[in-house]
Amino acid sequence: MRKNAIVRWIDHRLPVVNFIEKDLIGYPEPKNLNYWWNFGSLAGIVLVVMILSGLFLSMHYTAHIDHAFNSVESIMRDVNGGWLIRYIHMNGASLFFVVVYIHIFRGLYYGSYKSPRELLWMLGVVILLLMMATAFMGYVLPWGQMSFWGATVITNLFSAIPVVGPDIVTWLWGGFAVGNPTLNRFFSLHFLLPFVIVAVVLLHIVALRIHGSNNPVGIDIKNDSDFIPFHPYYTVKDLFGLGIFAMVFAGLVFFSPNLLGHPDNYIPANPLATPPHIVPEWYFLPFYAILRSIPSKLGGVLAMGSAIFVLFLLPWLDRSKVRSATFRPITKILFWLLVVDVLILGYLGGKPPEGWYVIFGRIATGWYFLHFLLFIPLASWFETPHALPTSINLSIKEGTATAIASAKKKGVR
Amino acid sequence: MAQRDQEIIDIKADSTESRRDFLLLATTTIGAVGAASLAWPFINSMNPAADVLALATTEVDLAPLKPGQAITIVWRGSPVFVRYRTEAEITAASAVKMNELPDPQTDEARVKKSQFLVVVGICTHLGCVPLGQRPNDPKGEYGGWFCPCHGSQYDTSGRIRRGPAPRNLDVPPYVFKSDTTLLIG
Repeated sequence: MRKNAIVRWIDHRLPVVNFIEKDLIGYPEPKNLNYWWNFGSLAGIVLVVMILSGLFLSMHYTAHIDHAFNSVESIMRDVNGGWLIRYIHMNGASLFFVVVYIHIFRGLYYGSYKSPRELLWMLGVVILLLMMATAFMGYVLPWGQMSFWGATVITNLFSAIPVVGPDIVTWLWGGFAVGNPTLNRFFSLHFLLPFVIVAVVLLHIVALRIHGSNNPVGIDIKNDSDFIPFHPYYTVKDLFGLGIFAMVFAGLVFFSPNLLGHPDNYIPANPLATPPHIVPEWYFLPFYAILRSIPSKLGGVLAMGSAIFVLFLLPWLDRSKVRSATFRPITKILFWLLVVDVLILGYLGGKPPEGWYVIFGRIATGWYFLHFLLFIPLASWFETPHALPTSINLSIKEGTATAIASAKKKGVR
Repeated sequence: MAQRDQEIIDIKADSTESRRDFLLLATTTIGAVGAASLAWPFINSMNPAADVLALATTEVDLAPLKPGQAITIVWRGSPVFVRYRTEAEITAASAVKMNELPDPQTDEARVKKSQFLVVVGICTHLGCVPLGQRPNDPKGEYGGWFCPCHGSQYDTSGRIRRGPAPRNLDVPPYVFKSDTTLLIG
């Protein structure tokens, strides 16, 4: 508690300083977190960057089919620094997904979804879904060819629903095709959803605080020698990571701002002509590949939805008590195969749906679902994990590598 | 010997403290400078954009105007009053003594051609548009303009004569490209 009388007076009535000292500065973190743990706070920072840059863009944007494209071009050419703000927002969206995907794969590898962090994990999946909806609607706003046809294709996914599908699509559009009502509501929702994301992020953090961060060896904090305070140790480490990230971000924004975009979106939307090869933004490509791999309209849509939904079930599909894949020889291999599988799906999603691309797409889609629904449950039953270190503190002193080596010896014996 | 060791420890302790302080200060300073320089493009984006600035001039043809008539032109989104003054109005404007004016200015200093008075039609009090452009508008006691919001009265040179407005109606930058072609801005 601070000595300052005014601070004490306020804190007695509104415990903000107390909250900062207890939950942000002195908050105990496992002392063995590696750099993969930087991506959570990094995602939060990128969210703030996106909301701020989006706010300033919205001051110049016009949500009308006759003016949207030109208002974006006016942001690029006329508005002071408008090009910078738009490129920050555009590339920020891409990097947001990079950061969040790394954050998710970190959780997969180190078993961060396991008890008692199931809800923390599920809230994270909700954030991913909200991010996808927000990113999709944001991509529609410049009203280029890719915006228009992306909106048409994605909204048409709902027409796969039996009986009521076509009515739902008309309702989504507010008309009989993607048009001005669609653009207007997408702008409203694109403005709203980031704040919903902030709310779910706060829940995500509340859920995190109860049991604290998971860590690379995946065992709980047992005593004082296992943790260090968040400040200054992890504030400094997060800041260093932010510095590296900012360099990558600035590199994209200033030297190759359109690297991750599609040139067709600089052609104004034309409802009478579809571009010959339409693709979603890169961060949707793995899911797009899954959609196209199923030779049935409803089946494809269901498969794409299930690809995310299966993540909600993961805490119960993986029965193993050991969290970190470091100590799970089979799960570790399966994890890296999944990484490769998702990268392959991403590559195939950007290719035209013909010939070998379709066959590989089906194999990769099959592998994705088998990983979660068969391989992981089986591995969690049959694999013999290495012996876990007795404490976080000892795992650092011995070194994780020696810990595994000694555990392997025990296994032989 | 023990004393010397203690000294070394003290020096080390001091130097790590100052080194840490320096790093903290340097990091904070760089961070603050970085945040401020990143904030500037965002703040500046709210200033008038290039397309707004490009609309800064307006050209008007005054040939159809007859003595005693007035027109209102939009320049940079604001009204500009152009009045083709009669001889009587010009005489009235020139005859006023400077000590009668709250914001002393000669009529000659406010016009380029004495028959055409060009002023920004925004009351210098709180930004309303004064009446007096149309024939049956109230023109106030001095035959110029009358602001309905708070009762400011302007004369035939657009000078404030009575009421809360602090200054005369502003004269915008303008040139006559020919005898009857006016370029404002």
